[in-house]
Amino acid sequence: MSLDRTDVDKIAHLARLQIEEQDAPEYAQNLSNILDLVDQMQAIDTTNVLPMAHPLDAVQRLRSDLVTEENQRELLQSVAPAVENGLFLVPKVIE
Amino acid sequence: MEWEAVIGLEIHAQLATKSKIFSGASTAFGAEPNTQACAVDLALPGTLPAFNEEALRMAVKFGLAVDAEIGRKSVFDRKNYFYPDLPKGYQTSQLFHPIVGIGHIDITLEDGTTKRIGVTRAHLEEDAGKSLHDEFPGMTGIDLNRAGTPLLEIVSEPDMRSAEEAVAYVRKVHSLVTSLGICDGNMSEGSFRCDCNVSVRPKGQEEYGTRTETKNINSFRFIEKAIVGEIERQIDLIEDGGRVIQATRLYDADKNETRSMRSKEEANDYRYFPCPDLLPIVIDDDYIDAIRQTLPELPDARKARFIEEYKLSEYDAMVLSADHNMAAYFEVIAKTAKDAKLAANWVMGELSKLLNQHDIDITNSPVSAEQLGGLLMRIKDDTISGKIAKQVFEVMWSEGGSADEIIESKGLKQVTDSGAIEQIVDEVIANNTPQVEQYVNAEPDKRGKMIGFFMGQVMKASQGKANPGQVQGVLKQKLDALVN
Repeated sequence: MSLDRTDVDKIAHLARLQIEEQDAPEYAQNLSNILDLVDQMQAIDTTNVLPMAHPLDAVQRLRSDLVTEENQRELLQSVAPAVENGLFLVPKVIE
Repeated sequence: MEWEAVIGLEIHAQLATKSKIFSGASTAFGAEPNTQACAVDLALPGTLPAFNEEALRMAVKFGLAVDAEIGRKSVFDRKNYFYPDLPKGYQTSQLFHPIVGIGHIDITLEDGTTKRIGVTRAHLEEDAGKSLHDEFPGMTGIDLNRAGTPLLEIVSEPDMRSAEEAVAYVRKVHSLVTSLGICDGNMSEGSFRCDCNVSVRPKGQEEYGTRTETKNINSFRFIEKAIVGEIERQIDLIEDGGRVIQATRLYDADKNETRSMRSKEEANDYRYFPCPDLLPIVIDDDYIDAIRQTLPELPDARKARFIEEYKLSEYDAMVLSADHNMAAYFEVIAKTAKDAKLAANWVMGELSKLLNQHDIDITNSPVSAEQLGGLLMRIKDDTISGKIAKQVFEVMWSEGGSADEIIESKGLKQVTDSGAIEQIVDEVIANNTPQVEQYVNAEPDKRGKMIGFFMGQVMKASQGKANPGQVQGVLKQKLDALVN
């Protein structure tokens, strides 16, 4: 399966990645190669193989419902670019 | 042309856990911004989720309550999208293997008919934070206290055909999750909110029309209004030769209309995939059976019991059984006063009226069930009339105190002394000669009605305290004596 330029643009947009015009053909080629590998794998007969949700053959351990975290707002917000009244500030996201 | 609406609902119920779904931060409502958002909730590099067992247990409870298949192996997936109140860049959710599979919920409509609504699935996911757009020029403020609060998203089949059915379904789900104790059901705080998928089609047509989704409606009344409005909008649009565009809409309660939020023509592409940070959740029959043993009485069973045990009407039983707090309140009163019908009337009447007026939840009622029960006992033993009881109730509501204390301090005790009643009756007869003459000269079958006037006068003279039954008897006896 081969991806074209529009596919690359769409994927980049969904991932919020800015890509350079001249790099697009290479990305298209690389991504197509990955999909070719997937196609190869698709050819294998997996009729009796159960789908795998995780590479580790283990199940999720559960945590008790206890509040264990304390307020560390000051520390956690010390790395934020903009903070006011305890809120993180980000560029406006709606009109 | 005759149109038919097709409605499916997605309900987000915040699960009433103490800590978040993947972290040990508190979920308590109303804290200072970002004081309950830990490193995991903020998606700082290197943090990993640790799944809360209580969220799992609550989801299974819901599944059992709607007779659903429980996922023996459920898996968390990543739903990828970018928004500042979602720090990870994805919402951890369940798409392919949800914890709750196909189930059903029976709703009762106003005309008493019931309808079965399919539940497609219910899955666990995390809530996002809150964005505040209006407080800072050019900037959006982000509060991540809510980020990571566990949600159960309950998805219905498109089985509803009117706003009435949709509201009945939402009420039923609300009643279920609150009765199960898995959600506090507080709609104004956003603990229980609803997305409505609405489309219309010519009646008889098999194929569905294009649907719109109206998001995050947080009151029963708004759900009804939003759906009614959206159905009308779509029908008008089509009849005017237009077509419905698949879009996400927002309900504006002030204008009572829905408006487009974003078009879905460039469909959201969430690129779901299994979350590598979380292993599959595997549960067995023993686990599920143990939870089954802990299920409380559910609204349908409670309604049936109210009809059986208290001989309530279908309607009264439905209203009183829907909210488990109201049901518990009612039962205390019914048992104290030993009169279920009287208890039902007061809870659904005077009490609900004041609660609604003051927008107070029954759990915070200024009048406790014990107080109201005590009041009804005094109606039952004829200490006070029903009318005086309403006065006592109002005092109880605003000033507190037991029925006996209020009756005593305000001197409201009913007059049952027959001598005293006779005296008042005699005075009323003496002071209303023209009416007495009319009564005497009236046709015998008209007199029953005319006695009402004298009743009113006697009750007024006694400041409402005379026992109405006794007054009626004495009046009739004395007036009829004048006739002969």
